[in-house]
Amino acid sequence: MIKQNKLSFSRLAIYATLLAACAVYLVPLIVMLLTSFKTPEDIRSGNLLSWPDVITAIGWVKAWDSLGGFFWNSVKITVPAVLISTLLGALNGYVLAMWRFKGSQLFFGLLLFGCFLPFQVVLLPASFTLGKLGLANTTSGLVLVHLVYGIAFTTLFFRNYYVSVPDALVRAARLDGAGFFTIFGRILLPMSVPIIMVCLIWQFTQIWNDFLFGVVFASGDTQPITVALNNLVNTSTGTKEYNVDMAAAMIAGLPTLVVYVLAGKYFLRGLTAGAVKG
Amino acid sequence: MSSVAITSKVSPLDALQRWLPKLVLAPTMLIVLVGFYGYILWTFLLSFTSSRFMPSYKWVGLQQYQRLMDNDRWWVASKNLMLFGGLFISISLILGVLLAVLLDQRIRREGFIRTIFLYPMAISMIVTGTAWKWLLNPGLGLDKLLRDWGWEGVRFDWLVDTDRVVYCLVIAAVWQASGFVMALFLAGLRGVDQSIIRAAQVDGASLPNIYLRIVLPSLGPVFFSAVMILSHIAIKSFDLVASMTAGGPGYSSDLPAMFMYAHTFTRGQMGLGAASAILMLGAVLAILVPYLYSELRGKRHD
Repeated sequence: MIKQNKLSFSRLAIYATLLAACAVYLVPLIVMLLTSFKTPEDIRSGNLLSWPDVITAIGWVKAWDSLGGFFWNSVKITVPAVLISTLLGALNGYVLAMWRFKGSQLFFGLLLFGCFLPFQVVLLPASFTLGKLGLANTTSGLVLVHLVYGIAFTTLFFRNYYVSVPDALVRAARLDGAGFFTIFGRILLPMSVPIIMVCLIWQFTQIWNDFLFGVVFASGDTQPITVALNNLVNTSTGTKEYNVDMAAAMIAGLPTLVVYVLAGKYFLRGLTAGAVKG
Repeated sequence: MSSVAITSKVSPLDALQRWLPKLVLAPTMLIVLVGFYGYILWTFLLSFTSSRFMPSYKWVGLQQYQRLMDNDRWWVASKNLMLFGGLFISISLILGVLLAVLLDQRIRREGFIRTIFLYPMAISMIVTGTAWKWLLNPGLGLDKLLRDWGWEGVRFDWLVDTDRVVYCLVIAAVWQASGFVMALFLAGLRGVDQSIIRAAQVDGASLPNIYLRIVLPSLGPVFFSAVMILSHIAIKSFDLVASMTAGGPGYSSDLPAMFMYAHTFTRGQMGLGAASAILMLGAVLAILVPYLYSELRGKRHD
């Protein structure tokens, strides 16, 4: 944004550095893709960046065979958890921004701490609770856990968004006799599309990428894809099939990558929302 | 008389309207009080018990903390966290700031380049770990690539080297998070008042000088946020270790999060695990409290 003095050499150096950096950031992705389409023999004879002798999808087929079911587990966990936590976050944010009551600010502060909670400190009680509820090792149990520990962020997003909505708008509607849900549904929701996108995308990446909750609260058939991927890659039985490993990693990574490419703007806003002062 | 009639007629609805916000918030309040603070307290209690595979409530005082302090693996994990965290945070900051400043020079296709820098942040640490484990594979990864490219004598086997394995974690973590730092700073740079920069340019200051002396110092809050978020990522780093090294070789690349998981859920040392979790919380609080304090103070001054 700074006005350029016409030093074409420094311009060139800037572009060269940026391009080199792009290459470095892309290498792992390129290597994963190349490796996933090679045969195991090819992997041993070639190197990371050598072009496959024959392009084969066998790695992808095998990876899907072992991970497909877990992929659907992740879908079953992610979709309800994202939707419910976003809805709850919107309602909470609405109350905390527009219907303050005595103690609501304190509560917001208590909630905010949840954004920074190291989950290790709640894992044990949470697993006892899931056991008592009969939800241990189920996908519903994971939905519940993600709901509980995602709510701090979703509430933060909406609360900070609604705080900047002029009070007069809501006060006028209240004078006209509009009630709690009418104001929410008619006035606030229609203007919330951007923050809903931010929240959905944030929650989707968080929950899809989660490993800690998955590895602690699920086992066997109910594991999410991240746990299954880790098991696949870190089992020491048999010969390592790196093409399968890389295809599996791609399968686990693709949903969030696709969302990122399609809606990067919202992803970035979610990342910075918590960081740059709200 | 009539006013009394009106109030008594309106009041149930009115009361409902007054209670509705609290009612809507109630489930979350319950979640926060029980699921956050209640559970922290519960873990805190467990850390004073002799719980092993099952929770038991036999009070043993500070014994678990004592065991933790005497535990070599815990110290390895803590030292690794300092080393990993220190390197991860400083390298990510330097790279992120550098890339942000370069991208701020009216670059063509800026959006596209930004997308490339930031994409690792969208994928799971497990995927990142899997990818880098393969890239750093001794024998078949970069090790072989460099030799194929002519560096005959190169050996790159940090992943199985107990003294260097932590650097492998740093490399992967920096790859994942530095683009995020870039994005934070780019947003900050866009908020800097351009007229100050122009004035400095008129005075004959060089661009690097302007950035070092004027622009970056004005981004103090962004530095602060970035450091806080990065240290938070470092303390919670569990997935990356699990997928890249599983703490190995031996326990040379253990981090506290890994230690906690291993002792609590696979080795039947629940009390010890709870104690380590409480210490992790302490570490987060040590970073968080000054941050929140300065945030609140800043608001009061506004």
